[in-house]
Amino acid sequence: MDEVVIVTLNGVLFASYLFLVSAGLTFIYGVMRILNVAHGSLYGLGAYMGAWLVLRLWPGGSGGLAPAWSYLALLLGGVFVGVTVGPLLERTLIRRVADRGEVMSLILTFAVFLILEDVMKLIWGVNPYLADMPYSMLGSIRLAGVSYPVYQCLLPLLALIAAAWMWFVVNRTRFGKLIIAVIADRDVSGALGVNVPRIYTFAFTVGAVLAAVGGAFVAPMSSVVPGISVEVIILAFAVTTIGGLGSVPGAGIGAILVGLLRAIAVQRWPEFDLFVVYALMALVLLLKPRGLFGGVEVRRI
Amino acid sequence: MKLIRNRKTVVAVVVLLFFVAPFLPSWLLFLLTIAFAKGLVVLGVVLLLRADLVSFGQGLYYASGAYAVGIALRAGLPVYDALALVVLGVAATTVVAAILGLFIARYRGIFFGMLSTAFSMILYSLLVKLRWLSGGTDGIPVHATTFVGLEISADTVRLIQYYFVLGLATVAVVTTYRVTHSPLGYLMQAIRENEIRVEYMGASVRRAIYRNYVLAGALGGLGGALTAVTVGHISPDMSYWTVSGEFVFVALFGGIGSVFAPLFASVVFEFVRSYAIKISPYTWQMLLGGVLLVIVLVAPGGLWSLVERLRGAMTRRAPQTSKHVDIRAVTAEHS
Repeated sequence: MDEVVIVTLNGVLFASYLFLVSAGLTFIYGVMRILNVAHGSLYGLGAYMGAWLVLRLWPGGSGGLAPAWSYLALLLGGVFVGVTVGPLLERTLIRRVADRGEVMSLILTFAVFLILEDVMKLIWGVNPYLADMPYSMLGSIRLAGVSYPVYQCLLPLLALIAAAWMWFVVNRTRFGKLIIAVIADRDVSGALGVNVPRIYTFAFTVGAVLAAVGGAFVAPMSSVVPGISVEVIILAFAVTTIGGLGSVPGAGIGAILVGLLRAIAVQRWPEFDLFVVYALMALVLLLKPRGLFGGVEVRRI
Repeated sequence: MKLIRNRKTVVAVVVLLFFVAPFLPSWLLFLLTIAFAKGLVVLGVVLLLRADLVSFGQGLYYASGAYAVGIALRAGLPVYDALALVVLGVAATTVVAAILGLFIARYRGIFFGMLSTAFSMILYSLLVKLRWLSGGTDGIPVHATTFVGLEISADTVRLIQYYFVLGLATVAVVTTYRVTHSPLGYLMQAIRENEIRVEYMGASVRRAIYRNYVLAGALGGLGGALTAVTVGHISPDMSYWTVSGEFVFVALFGGIGSVFAPLFASVVFEFVRSYAIKISPYTWQMLLGGVLLVIVLVAPGGLWSLVERLRGAMTRRAPQTSKHVDIRAVTAEHS
């Protein structure tokens, strides 16, 4: 019985983490048709910013402000990274390859990814940042007979808030309506007076904010070290491919599938915890290349 | 580019590489050896790039070739000669490519890239976790006692390895050159231009891509096996996606116009890497990214095309008007 509880809790935790990093990726792809490798870097920048802020404002776990403010610091740190780096990247670089196909954009964002890897090292050095104060402060509770850290319950909550926020932006705002129009037909939207470049910047920034906030909130759970982006982006690719590139609900389903599957594997066949993720990715690509929730692409001659 | 295309120049370069070797210091020999081995993997990437297929998972074959050698030695197979080990590595890799190619040859664009990445990450996750088979993250030490029958000693090891790799690389490059200048090779260029027209002509696109994919895999396996017997140690990282990304980088760096460019680019890459890491370890990736940005934004044909264009501009003294203008881009900008 305990095993089921542990697997479920771990699965949900891992799924929330995966959703936070892949929702923005799939959103950006859906609007701009750009597979953004640098998404992992935004996650990394967010994680560093969050950890750095917490360590700076509460050195040694205590500071002038009440520790509860650290959650706001994490949020603002992530949002700050997203709204500064996101538009900067989009305006200066991403835009230039938007018309040269998906493969070109993959290579360009890989270049940006490589650059940002070293930018992080230059800003924050190569020593690990351990800012676990917001994590350890909350202690743990007993859930169905299992002791579980409270902070780890926060992450699924954050993933739900992110999902709700995205749903609201797309379905209940003017920008959302314009985004849907641009996805449907970019050229006609442009001809009808929609400022397509601005929609792109906006969509890219939404994705960037999600990645950076995700990074900031995951940071207290483990130490932030160089190379975290490398691991994140490949997992996010797996999740978005499984769910269907461009589909945010697909990313949710993909995250839950991968999260639970990996939690089961960790418990039962620990040798295969990563294997199941990529095997599922390959399997979905082989059977349904556009993913479980991907649309049908019309082949243009 | 003409320089590299010219057959006489190429023969001269190989002869030079052959005769100059005994006078080179051992660190330089080792660097060139590694660069040639990795250059062969890049050559495989270039073969696929010719049809606009970007394999972000060629590390799969690089690692397969190396681990076929490593696992055979670990299992106690009584093979000690490097040539036999390399043949074994290439054979095993070709089988893997022939099986996976059946699936992957149907895919294009980012889906081709994603599926090849998925395959290479599957191998990575198995190599890391199946310790009894692969030694886990520690990897496997590889010792080849003879190279084509030649006993090695501490003084001669680098030189013998260099000749060994140079010889096999020459064979592989000449073979690939023949393939790219055969109907199969021209078909790849035609596929790049317009796949559907190729089908209408009566040629099988899938078969052409399949054959090129298997050849690319075999080249990757050769590069991996050569790396294993010369470096003497292999690890699961060879199959990680960043290593595959590096191969794509070198392929774009050299351009896809010639089968010799990948090896040349690989040598330049290894040189710059060994110096850049020594001088400024935290800006090496930034340098790579910066160069890649320049290639993507300014010189899609690789750095060679940039040199050619500069030379063309200087001799003709006329402004270049070849800049590609996309109508969709223009409308997007002005809307």
